[in-house]
Amino acid sequence: MASAVSSLSRSSGSAVRPLATRDATWVRYTLTAVALGFLALFLLLPLVAVFAEALRRGLGAYITALKDPDGLHALKLTLITAALAVPANLVFGVAAAWCIAKFTFPGKSVLITLIDLPFAVSPVISGLIYVLIFGAQGWYGQYLNAEAPWFPALQAWLIEQDFKIIFAVPGIVLATVFVTFPFVARELIPLMQQQGNDEEYAAITLGANGWQTFWNVTLPNIKWGLFYGVILCNARAMGEFGAVSVVSGHIRGETNTLPLHVEILYNEYQFVGAFAAASVLALLALVTLVLKSLVEWAHARRTA
Amino acid sequence: MSRSHRSVIPGFGLSLGLTITYLSLIVLLPLSAAFIKTSGLTWEEFKTAVFSPRVLASYRISFLASFAAASLNCVFGLIVAWVLVRYPFPGRRVVDALVDLPFALPTAVAGIALTALYAPNGWLGHWLDPIWSSFVHKLADVFPFVDWVGLLGAKLAFDRPGIFIALTFIGLPFVVRTLQPIIEELEPEFEEASASLGANRWQTITRVIFPQLLPALITGFAMAFARALGEYGSVVFISGNMPMRTEITPLLIITKLEQYDYAGATAIAVVMLVASFTLLLIINLLQKWSRRHHAV
Repeated sequence: MASAVSSLSRSSGSAVRPLATRDATWVRYTLTAVALGFLALFLLLPLVAVFAEALRRGLGAYITALKDPDGLHALKLTLITAALAVPANLVFGVAAAWCIAKFTFPGKSVLITLIDLPFAVSPVISGLIYVLIFGAQGWYGQYLNAEAPWFPALQAWLIEQDFKIIFAVPGIVLATVFVTFPFVARELIPLMQQQGNDEEYAAITLGANGWQTFWNVTLPNIKWGLFYGVILCNARAMGEFGAVSVVSGHIRGETNTLPLHVEILYNEYQFVGAFAAASVLALLALVTLVLKSLVEWAHARRTA
Repeated sequence: MSRSHRSVIPGFGLSLGLTITYLSLIVLLPLSAAFIKTSGLTWEEFKTAVFSPRVLASYRISFLASFAAASLNCVFGLIVAWVLVRYPFPGRRVVDALVDLPFALPTAVAGIALTALYAPNGWLGHWLDPIWSSFVHKLADVFPFVDWVGLLGAKLAFDRPGIFIALTFIGLPFVVRTLQPIIEELEPEFEEASASLGANRWQTITRVIFPQLLPALITGFAMAFARALGEYGSVVFISGNMPMRTEITPLLIITKLEQYDYAGATAIAVVMLVASFTLLLIINLLQKWSRRHHAV
């Protein structure tokens, strides 16, 4: 689904067009004004509002709000979650792209569709399905309460450790992994398909083994696409709200990620605090957009 | 596993095994849990869970708001994509990068930012609300459906228009990013031929250019629509969350979960999943159509 949305394989180029196929000047100006006005209203203004609302009571209040220990803990949890979810999906993305791009096998198009599936699922449902499996009423909860479980030692250990998944960090990580699942794979599959196998054949013919071929031949070719996928994956991992909201339990200072912290402060009418935390996330979004554009421009220049 | 030619490239078993294992554990198994849980319900229980008046109202709100937002995005997304590709202006690259903001900005942040703007005492709300209200009344005199969708007397934020605003924000990049590459690859020869055969610019645009863009436009619409149906974070802050009036389906799932009605929440989730998967299938077919159409 996101193939059209996030892709490096977009070229930009508009040569000077002959008069007969050019729009009249007033049309150009009107349409440009409409487009820019719409974008300013719907995209720029909300972004400005985040920072303006955060700074409404002055810089001092903003800094104080940023130093809120619960907020800092939420930031830490957000970073931990992304640090676990992104590498997991990175390894998966590379493996998926490798088998899909380098080999032909039956059911390949089904596999590609299945990889896309999480994009089609509402974030709320992404959280819900993990509650069904790991919640107190779910399969995991039933296992913990089972009279005669499989692997009794495991059950005893889990109970002894009080190992919780839902309303705890593991659930947050799992839900995040689910919603960010396709990002890296979606980016790499078309890129590696486009590049073909010739260089890998050459490397193997010259005596390289599989890992050498991957590290020295494939990876340098896909590194920008990989980076691009990681940026998008990371942005979503740090910003995910719906799925994490369902599995987290909103325990302050324990299972609150930064987006959830924004919600709690906002619902308590602590607007400066909420927008201060939101400004951190907005800044992250801006960094994401800048990095993304840099990769796109570098790619466009190289292919041009 | 019958492969037509053995590849000399190693790692097929490892990479495919890892992919399928990870896919099954993270995606397929959890998703099937929703269907398994729902299959435990009797038909009567299922019907009560997914067709009660409050749930039906939420489907209607989610569907209408998503449809309206995706439609608006088609109009402005087409203009934005056209301007970004065809009309060079200073700062175009920055504007182009900004289009992806709804993908990068966490939905909760978008939600509170839009609420700050459109709330009755907000930046835009305090002077847009009166204009909007008189506009809707005039519109309702001409088109009765305005009343039917419950817009009469609705303020922008904390009511139905708020849902529409949030979903428009979320969906815009889908339409723009689907159209942009197609506009970039339009063959100038068609336009030249059309112009040299005596068509004026308007005829060229409506009869030659627009038909070439239509498949991508429909695809973008379907993507924005699908995304809007499931959207939660940006909507809950601005919608007011009134049952029967501004309660979207994802919010209703959360409400049921908070009441420990897991079966009810899951049954609604299954209905939504079926709808999403159907849309995904349609989008895939549309993309194939779009590519074929474009290749000709």
